[in-house]
Amino acid sequence: MSEKVLMCGNEALGEAAILAGVDGYFGYPITPQNEATAYMARRMPEEGRVFVQSESELAAINMVMGAAATGARAMTSSSSPGISLMQEGISYLAGLELPCVIVNIMRGGPGLGSIAPAQGDYFQATRGGGHGDYRCIVLAPASVQELVDLMQLAFDLADQYRITVMVLGDGILGQMMEPVELRKLPRRDLPEKTWAITGARGRPQNILRSLLMTDNQLELHNKHLQEKYAGICKSETRVEQFDVDDADVICVAYGIAARVVKSAVIVARDEGIRAGWIRPITLWPFPTDAIGMAAEHKGREFLVVEMSCGQMLEDVRLAVNGKAPVRFYGRAGGAVPTVEEVLEQIRKIAPVIVD
Amino acid sequence: MQTVFSRTPTLKDCTTHYCPGCGHGLAHRLVAEVIDELDIRSRTLGIAPVGCAVYAYDYIDVDMIEVPHGRAPAVATGMKRMRPNNIIFTYQGDGDLASIGAAEILHAANRGEKITVIFVNNAVYGMTGGQMAPTTLLDQVTATTPRGRSQQNDGFPLRICELLTVLPGTAYIERCSLHDPKHIRQVKKAIRRAFEHQVEDKPGLTLVELLSPCPTYWRKSPKEAMAWIANEMTKVFPLQCFKEPEKS
Ligand SMILES: Cc1ncc(C[n+]2csc(CCOP(=O)(O)OP(=O)(O)O)c2C)c(N)n1
Repeated sequence: MSEKVLMCGNEALGEAAILAGVDGYFGYPITPQNEATAYMARRMPEEGRVFVQSESELAAINMVMGAAATGARAMTSSSSPGISLMQEGISYLAGLELPCVIVNIMRGGPGLGSIAPAQGDYFQATRGGGHGDYRCIVLAPASVQELVDLMQLAFDLADQYRITVMVLGDGILGQMMEPVELRKLPRRDLPEKTWAITGARGRPQNILRSLLMTDNQLELHNKHLQEKYAGICKSETRVEQFDVDDADVICVAYGIAARVVKSAVIVARDEGIRAGWIRPITLWPFPTDAIGMAAEHKGREFLVVEMSCGQMLEDVRLAVNGKAPVRFYGRAGGAVPTVEEVLEQIRKIAPVIVD
Repeated sequence: MQTVFSRTPTLKDCTTHYCPGCGHGLAHRLVAEVIDELDIRSRTLGIAPVGCAVYAYDYIDVDMIEVPHGRAPAVATGMKRMRPNNIIFTYQGDGDLASIGAAEILHAANRGEKITVIFVNNAVYGMTGGQMAPTTLLDQVTATTPRGRSQQNDGFPLRICELLTVLPGTAYIERCSLHDPKHIRQVKKAIRRAFEHQVEDKPGLTLVELLSPCPTYWRKSPKEAMAWIANEMTKVFPLQCFKEPEKS
């Protein structure tokens, strides 16, 4: 085991990308992810790799597109308004099936909003965000260590499925310092990038295009994408569960909100409340089965906690499918729920069991 | 019998989707000829725009990617930074480059990206049905300037070469025209010069602007369209080498 270092999330994600072999980083400054861009500006040239500060997030995502098209590992990082600006490019990346990693260190919105941590971009991240029928894989780390590990997974998933992987954190994850082990994870066995445009030497021309106007090609392409997405749902869904088996109330939360929820659940257990906790690690694909299974248990209630006005709530409701009541507690616009607030909600739902 | 002219190999043997008298076909051929003359087909990467030339990859036989409207210079930046030994070119219309993509070309030029830009100025948006482009002449009638382009409402024709010439990041900037054989020969020379500069790995962005006919949306015959370039367009867009590698 390598030793632990104290690092903020924004810097750690950069170092993790370097561990994962990122070839090019392209980004535009925005709080609360600025440390990531500055870190990469320092570290990428040290590693003999490419760093470009783009003129906008529009340019950044298109630089990523160019780099990815050549078969390189490319990434960008930004925060909410910048990610909005990238949506056109993300849709093209989906159409072209180019792999890349995008980090969104979310801040309060809508509009310029605030620079405080939030989870208001869940819909944008998990529904596609740009135009057309597509998905991005969305990973939601809840600690700096998990951020380091999931960043590396992100590059593998991107290459394996030729897809955009978004790592969705929030301002707290980006800014807070935690001890991390900068461990290099083994790389998956990945397909060769025979589709990359590198120069047509000894082979026919490679074309990367998303305009498909004849012979029903576009519907076929969409069907192909949907099959790919279905495969990802089957193989790549990740979820963490805690004290679920006997729980009367199950809290569902992701990212930093899940840390708060975990603390609340522990206190609730101490108080004699049978509380448990489900934390989606992949927001897309969403752990529908795990939540659906938990909902089979009679007499249970669910409590969704988010740093938004209720976005993942919809996915939880779909997963629960009417089998149990689903309540919601959220803080928005940069406010963070406290352990006490969540505990209050749990107490309202669940009876104290005196054994 | 002796062959005096043949299709250059990098130009595919097929009919194009272009309207009669359109300049894109000519421009494609010249780009393909230069690629073959410099023997760089197997290391050239092309970027097709959103615009009438979106299918450029169906005609030019090199590795190519089709990118969002106007963003080609940013995509080219990502490609060239990853693969500096490849020859990278963008092929862009005037709506693509001068309007929606104005920021991307300006900053790619300002960073001195070692890419070659083929900029086709036909004074309208062809693909979407002949609307005003930033390069549309004053009083020119288009789908969105039915009374002619008015300076008060629509501003002035945008001169890209003149704008980019002042940037230290550009190495070679020339405006040419496709309106007659003599000028077409000059276009070929300019495109060759731009590519050569990149092949020699010299610093700076190279851009060749081509005044190019769009008979369909100028509501003219091909012949009238050629004459309109010579008589009207060149007044606003003077044919000139604005910046040469030796002098920059
Ligand atoms: C974001 C976006 N906005 C608008 C369009 C519609 N559109 C397609 S081509 C085009 C203009 C192309 O004109 P130009 O670049 O001059 O090329 P031409 O077709 O004349 O060769 C427009 C506005 C688009 N595809 N994407």
